[in-house]
Parts: sequence; C-alpha cells; structure tokens
Amino acid sequence: MYLLSIDLWFLLEKALLIGGIIGLSFFIAMYTTYAERKVAAWLQDRRGPNRAGPFGIFQPLADGGKLFFKEEIIPLASNKFLFILGPAMAMITALVASTVIPWAAPFITKGGNVIPMQVADVDMGILLVFGIVSVGVYGIMIGGWASNNKFSLMAAIRGASQMVSYELPMGMALLAVLFMTGSLKMSEIVSVQVQNGWNVIYQPLGFIIFFICALAECNRTPFDLPEAENELNFGYHQEYSSMKLGFYLFAEYINMFISAAIMATVFLGGYDIPFVNEASWGLSSFWMTFISFSVLMSKICFFLFVFLWIRWTIPRFRFDQLMDLGWKKLIPLALINMIITAAVMLWLNK
Amino acid sequence: MGKQLTNRGKEVDRSPMTFLESIYLWNIIKGMGITISHLFKKKATINYPEQKRSFSKVFRGLHVLNRDAEGRENCTACGLCAVACPAEAITMEAAERLPGEEHLYREEKYAAKYEINMLRCIFCGLCEEACPKDAIYLSETFAPANYSRKGFIYKKEDLVIPHPIHEKEAYEKARGGRVEINKKD
Amino acid sequence: MGITQILFWFLSIAAIFSALMVISSKNPVHSVLWLIVTFFSISGHYIVLNAQFLAIVNVIVYAGAIMVLFLFVIMLMNLNKESEPQKHKWLRIAGAVAGGCLLLVFVAALKDTDIKHQQALVNTGNIGLIKNLGKELFTTYVVPFEISSILFLSAMVGAVVIGKKE
Repeated sequence: MYLLSIDLWFLLEKALLIGGIIGLSFFIAMYTTYAERKVAAWLQDRRGPNRAGPFGIFQPLADGGKLFFKEEIIPLASNKFLFILGPAMAMITALVASTVIPWAAPFITKGGNVIPMQVADVDMGILLVFGIVSVGVYGIMIGGWASNNKFSLMAAIRGASQMVSYELPMGMALLAVLFMTGSLKMSEIVSVQVQNGWNVIYQPLGFIIFFICALAECNRTPFDLPEAENELNFGYHQEYSSMKLGFYLFAEYINMFISAAIMATVFLGGYDIPFVNEASWGLSSFWMTFISFSVLMSKICFFLFVFLWIRWTIPRFRFDQLMDLGWKKLIPLALINMIITAAVMLWLNK
Repeated sequence: MGKQLTNRGKEVDRSPMTFLESIYLWNIIKGMGITISHLFKKKATINYPEQKRSFSKVFRGLHVLNRDAEGRENCTACGLCAVACPAEAITMEAAERLPGEEHLYREEKYAAKYEINMLRCIFCGLCEEACPKDAIYLSETFAPANYSRKGFIYKKEDLVIPHPIHEKEAYEKARGGRVEINKKD
Repeated sequence: MGITQILFWFLSIAAIFSALMVISSKNPVHSVLWLIVTFFSISGHYIVLNAQFLAIVNVIVYAGAIMVLFLFVIMLMNLNKESEPQKHKWLRIAGAVAGGCLLLVFVAALKDTDIKHQQALVNTGNIGLIKNLGKELFTTYVVPFEISSILFLSAMVGAVVIGKKE
C-alpha cells in the first residue's frame, strides 16, 4: 500500500511543527490584544489593564472567556451558512499564511538528520503568502454580505477594495527584493540575507512601501476603514457576537503577527543575528535553533510594537485619501523602485 | 480675523500641501515621536481603590448630620438650611421631643424626617453656613453611583453621623478631621 | 491507488460538482462562491501536476482578485430571485443553442488531439516551477507572451477610456 509508505517520522515532525506554530500564533495574538491595551494606555499616560493577575497578564484569558460565554446571535435575515463561514475563512487564511515562514535555523539531530523549522519550503514561498492574503478578503466580504446589513456590506466592500488595491504595491515592492535574491523560497531569501546583509539596507524604499501595505492588508490604523466605528457602526463584523466576533478580532491579530514575521524574514534577515557570525560560536544545534528563534521573535515583537505605536498615533485616512495613496503614490513609487533595482542589478552583473 | 481672547490662537495654514507634506511620512514620524515620549512620562492616573488622591481642605462632599459629644443629634429642624439651599434639595419635618428621649436629641425640637436629594444638591455648602446649631457639615466623601434616582434621595439614617460612644470607630471615620464637635458653642 | 490518484479523483469531483453548482444555484452570490471553490480545485490539480506557479497565480489572480470584483458587482446590484426579470422563451432557446454550439466546438477540437496518449507528468515534472517556467516563457514563447501583454495594455486603455467618458 502506497499510503503506508509515507514517512511517519516526517508526518510527526510536521504535525508537531504545525501544532507549535498554531499555538504560538494564538498565544502571540492573545498577548497582542493585551499589549495593544497596555501600549495604548502608556502612550496616553494611563496604566492599562492591571486587575486580572499581576500587571493584568491574565486579561486576555478573561477577555476570551467573556467572548466564549456571550450569547450568540445570528440575525434572522442573514444567510446562516455564510454567516458562519465568514469568520472561519478569516481565521483559516490568517493561520495558513504561516506555513512558509522559516522560524529558526534548521535543527540537526545527533543522527545527522536536518529538521527544517519551516512547515513547507515550497518553491513558491512568498507567492503562497500572497495567494493566501488575496483569499483573506473573502472572510470579510462573506461575513459582511451574509449579515444582511447595509453598514456591514459597505464596510466589507471598503475592506475588499482596500486589500485588493494595496496588494499591488506590496507585490511590486517585494519584486525588487526578489530581483536581488533570485528565488521565491523563504529559506533562500533568508540565507541570501545571512550572507549579504539585510534587504532593508538595499531596499529602504521597498521596505517602507511594504510596511505601509502590510498595515493596509491587516486593516490596521491608519487604514482601518472597514472597521470605522463612527461611520460604519463597527464595520463588517457589526452583526457578529460571541466567539464569531472573537474569531474576526483574533484573525486580525494573527494577521499582524504573520505580517510582522514576513517583514522580519524578507527585510530584516529572518532569524539572522546582525553583525556577528553565529556559525563560528560552535554552539550545539539545539541552542543555535533556540537562539535564532528568539532573534526572529524579538524582531516580530518589534514590528508588533510599531504596529501598535502607529495605531495610537495616526488618525484614520479618508477613503479617497486611502485610494490616492495606494494608486497614485505607492504604485508609481514601487514601480520606480523596481526599475531602479533592475537597472542596478543589470549594471552590477554586466 | 476677529478679536482674540488670548495670544495663543494661531491662524490655520490652508496653503496647499507641498510634495514632502503630501507623502505624510515626515509628519507621521514627528507625531510618533510625540507619542513615544509619552511612554516615558509620569502616568496621570492612579490605581484608584488602593490609592486615593487626598481631597482639598475646602472640598465639599456628602452631608453629615452631626451629633454632640454625648451622641445627641444637634439638628432642631429650624429649616434655615432648607431656606438657604439654592437648589432646594433639602426637605424636613419637625417633631417635638418626648420625655425620655433626652439622650437622643439635644433640644426640645428635632428633625423627624430629613432628606437631601443628592441629584439636586450642588454642594455649595450654604446649608453648612446657615446652620446655627452646627448640625450639618459637608464631608470629604462624594455620592457613590446608584442604579435608581430613588437611591440618591438620602434619608436621615443615611446622613446622621455614627454614635460617638457606641460606634466610636465609624464615628471617627465619618468625621474625617472635618466635623468639629460643638464648634459654635 | 497512490495518494496522487486519490487527490486527483477528489479534486476532479470537487471541481465538477462546484462547477455544476455555479450554474444551478439560484442566488448569484452563491454562484460566485462556488466558482471560487472551482478555482481552488483547479489550483489543486496544478499542484498535483507540480505546477506550483500556475496554482498560486490562479489563486491570486482569479480567486483573489477577479472573483472579488465579481462579488463586488453582484453584492452591490442586490440581485435576487424576486427582482430577476423573467427571460423570454426565445432567449432561452437561443442561449441553449449557443451553449450547445460551444460544446460542439470543444468536442470537435479535442476529439482528434492525441491528449489520450500523452501521460501527464505527475509529481515529477518541474516545468511548472518558477525558474523553468520563466525561462520557457522568455525564450521559446517570448513572442506570444509579449503579444499577450500588449493585449492587456489595450484592455487597460479601453477601461480608462470608458471610465473617462461622461
């Protein structure tokens, strides 16, 4: 039987990795909600949640518990199946995008087996992330439409048009990076950066464009128009309650986590420690994996903090400003960046 | 431009944005500098139930109906506080002291009913000034929140200070360094 | 039966079923959603053939962008059973004839091709990987590739012209 000939160790290894990454995503997303409230409080000269546990560290558990026990309301006139599918789609797409990220340096067992800390090192790598992000629109659109509510629908359409528009400059900014690495594989992108230095040094403009687009793709302030409370009554998840609402909110934080991880991987060298050659330390493989993982995590945490910092500083864009910025500024800038990179690459390789 | 009240007013610059301004980036970085500086500032809030801010010496809070040192109520229901009250928050009914009640009320007349509507009260302290018998004081606490309007109409039981002999601790707490016994005598 | 064959049958059934649902569901929004499922199963087929680039581009372009725009239009038009105008009988017959003609053309075109004798490279071919595909597109097929880009350019110009018209 062919099915039985599958390498069971391989399956176990991947299953462990997938479980670990999903757990990590949930954990980070949970504590990003806590960090969001804390950072907001600090930036506004307040204290933030500090009642549940020491420094309020059990606050996310309390919030999650509250969401679980809330009454679940499905509007009568809504489309029930799609109403449930919406948050599920949002959650699935948020989680799937983490498959191609190399989380740490590969772990080498005593027997010499190399276990990559990456679920799938597919040839498409970063394109897979793009594919998943572009599908992520459906969570918002389906949920907004199935609610049978004008405001939800408006917010869903806003969100979808925003995400579709900002995918273009994002892709173009990324193309310039791909010119330099010559591969779409995430592991290759990281290893090129380990050798040649981080991409953010060579591609500062590309990095800024990518960062802005990442904010827009995650529906974060200043691009949180789909959730505009004061114009659209809370946006596309207005009719949602209980854990379905929790899924939408959670998916947003997981998206933040994943996009921070992707930015760290593509522009900040992934799990690479700057200025030192960690391979010469002669540490055991376990410690190398552990250190590289914590380096990546600290980069991710830095990005998450910047996300929060931006949220509590910059007011929301108007919709026409959003579209102007996307189509008239970022796309031409990204195109110029791409052409300049291509020209320099040609000139250097001549 | 019209007349300015202060010299801090600034005219809004409505000239069209330059290219640098239209990218927003510089101004965004400036704004983020401002917010991050607040991260290191002293917090404006305190952990309320554990820490409390001290009240001002002249703070006027909830009313207290006073007793003398032997625990007799000072109020004679003369009605001067109700007359003085600009918000008309005080109502009272007088009654005559019966024989055998001398340990309860200091003088022959007392307030059988005494109500203050805390929703009307403006905490001006005129009742305190008007009282000839030192019977009413404004304390250092404020009216806590309540679920109904009825809860804000404070009865005599809510207002009278605890007995200075029988409930010494509660009495001291309610006094709070504010109410002096028989100041005007 | 290997795992690729199981996947093939699963994806084929999913693709055909969802394609049937596209044309048979009453609600146009459901049709679009089923069409998205169809695209995903086709992408799955590409992956089985190890044509990863095609699979992902199919998802990004068709499922991620074009279908979103379809969904936009349909959601905003608020189509439903009640407001849909009854089509004329002759129109239906004309539609059936046109569809039948298309089917006939397809059958005629595919009948004589020797597709039956060519084995699809399952899991082993690597022409679908991005490097090989890029080389092939920019050397062997460079002329059709560039012509198709001109086609896109003309479509873009046309869209702008229509958009500018009062």
